[in-house]
Amino acid sequence: MSAREQILNRIRQGLGRGELEPARRAELEALLARPPRGPIPARTDLDPAGLIALFIEMAEEAAATVVRVPSLVAVPAVVASYMSEHGLPPALNVAPDPDLVALDWSASALSVVSRPATEGDRVGLASAFAGIAETGTLMLLSGPEGPTTLNFLPEVHMVVLPSQHIVGPYEDAWDRLRASQNSMPRTVNLITGPSRSADIEQTLQMGAHGPVALHILLVDG
Amino acid sequence: MDVTSPAFKDNAHEALADPALQRALRNLKAGFPGKRAAAIARLPEFEALRDAGRDLKNETLANLDFYLEMFEQNVREHGGQVHWARDADEARKIILGICRDAGAKTVTKGKSMISEEIALNEYLDEHGIQAIETDLGEYIIQLRNEHPSHIIAPAIHVNLDQVADAFYAEHQKYGKTKRLETPPELLKEAREILRAKFLAADVGITGANFCIAETGSTVIVTNEGNGDLTQILPRVHIALASLEKVVPTLEDAMVLQRLLARSATGQECSVYTTFSTGAKRPADPDGPEAYHVVLLDNGRSTMIGTEFQDMLRCIRCSACMNHCPVYGAIGGHAYGWVYPGPMGSVLTPQLVGVDQAGHLPNASTFCGRCESVCPVRIPLPKMMRHWREREFERHLQPSAYRYGLRAWAYVASRPWLYRRVADIATRLLRILGGRKGRLSRLPLASGWTEWRDLPAPEGRTFQQLWAMQRGKRA
Repeated sequence: MSAREQILNRIRQGLGRGELEPARRAELEALLARPPRGPIPARTDLDPAGLIALFIEMAEEAAATVVRVPSLVAVPAVVASYMSEHGLPPALNVAPDPDLVALDWSASALSVVSRPATEGDRVGLASAFAGIAETGTLMLLSGPEGPTTLNFLPEVHMVVLPSQHIVGPYEDAWDRLRASQNSMPRTVNLITGPSRSADIEQTLQMGAHGPVALHILLVDG
Repeated sequence: MDVTSPAFKDNAHEALADPALQRALRNLKAGFPGKRAAAIARLPEFEALRDAGRDLKNETLANLDFYLEMFEQNVREHGGQVHWARDADEARKIILGICRDAGAKTVTKGKSMISEEIALNEYLDEHGIQAIETDLGEYIIQLRNEHPSHIIAPAIHVNLDQVADAFYAEHQKYGKTKRLETPPELLKEAREILRAKFLAADVGITGANFCIAETGSTVIVTNEGNGDLTQILPRVHIALASLEKVVPTLEDAMVLQRLLARSATGQECSVYTTFSTGAKRPADPDGPEAYHVVLLDNGRSTMIGTEFQDMLRCIRCSACMNHCPVYGAIGGHAYGWVYPGPMGSVLTPQLVGVDQAGHLPNASTFCGRCESVCPVRIPLPKMMRHWREREFERHLQPSAYRYGLRAWAYVASRPWLYRRVADIATRLLRILGGRKGRLSRLPLASGWTEWRDLPAPEGRTFQQLWAMQRGKRA
């Protein structure tokens, strides 16, 4: 008997039944197709402006920084000024997202590449699929427009988030994902603040293996 | 890893007398419980979420065969493979096979307690493959040639100077010849050295906090980002998960995710929650070319339908050990295997045998704090009692203990005799206690009197006092 069969048999034995009846199976399949939600925190019960405010508050609490940007066009200048303020070399890896790549980077005086991240990249700019106000969390998807390495290798992770993509609880972000994608991308990252560790004497330190800083550009226009 | 649980009593004595360990344990007690309480105070829905977590886990276990099959089907649909492993040996062989097929020389690892359970690192090492732990805590204890003493803070027993010593000794081969003193310097050095390991690894192995039947995803919840670098840089990603990690839907995972970080570190949310589904897609610019899930049973399927089934709800948050007075006094290594604290005292006898781990369910004051903080309401004290019953049934305790218990049962089930014996005993102890009212030595009770005096009874038994009270009221 294969390991698979034996394990499944032992489970069924423990449950005191054979394979599920077709009717029960159909019921469970229906639940998978329309997943019921658990308790949703009332803190997310807000209008869009309230959700944006909650997102900013929670993201900052998780040690991310947030800047509001009037429109996408203004992104290159905001990125460039953050980088010069923080003494970063003027080299940027931008996710191959058509909206970001199409921006006019020439005036920013940054040397811009667009590819999966490599060890030398100090700053990466990605775009988020959604922002989750409940905990100030970003949702980023892998795909042709979003290399996952960009979210983890560079020291500084900058993320563009259109403010109309901010939702309340996680469940609303999953609904948005289900509505816009045929199936799960290879990687879905929920990111709340920059990398950290408390493994040395329970002392919290920022910048473990992932980015040392997470800077969110909240685009209103 | 070797099971030293049978030596629990000696281990515990040593732990109590270890000043470095006691200093480290103070950090734990000062940290986790307060942070958990503060996080929960901010979420009025927390109790409702605990109920929902318990219920959804129960529902899943009642249909576990179905959800595992759905999970497998969906992993396959996204270009991944699922391997079923009955026990540790099967799991190790499957993983070694995948590593060999990939021509792997080094593998990086995210934190996985199941990999400790199957002693994976030692096995890969014996077969010429170097496994590198990348979680900072796991990395520290790997350098020190130790095992985790806590399920989410594996190096909680290690002090700063010990980390400094370990890095100083092990990092010289990378040209790091200065002994570092502060946590930020140490972290920076570990980051630099492990970065090179991430980039060079052929295979990345992670655990899984959840497996999602609906999508075929495995989920890891971390703060450092090491689990992500482990799985996106190498050509092959292996996720190692035990059967009970499966939940039906993304929504269900969110219920448990809301409970997990708050119960564990007191964070609102861990930094990285990552859903991995299948291998990289043809148009993806990065990600692993192959994705394998190893589903480990190792004794879990036999818990279903028994009084230990509820233990399969456990989401490995560590709240039970963080709040346990016994764990707080002796740390995790004394428990002698992978899982310490109350959850370990229930799980270890199941996984390694009650004959090996029979001491562990006795290492409890039954204060009930573990159950009161468990996010999925596992009745841990009740299950420890079940293990004590099994231990008694199988004649595993010393004979003096068993005869003593039998004598007590004889007396306790005969009220007239119990009253007489209790009356005589309290009088005798009062006389022995003398004017101090305390006993510093007592036959058969050295376990108590070695460390502190036993207060002598005041002279009357509870039942005598009760009878007098009732007399007054009547």
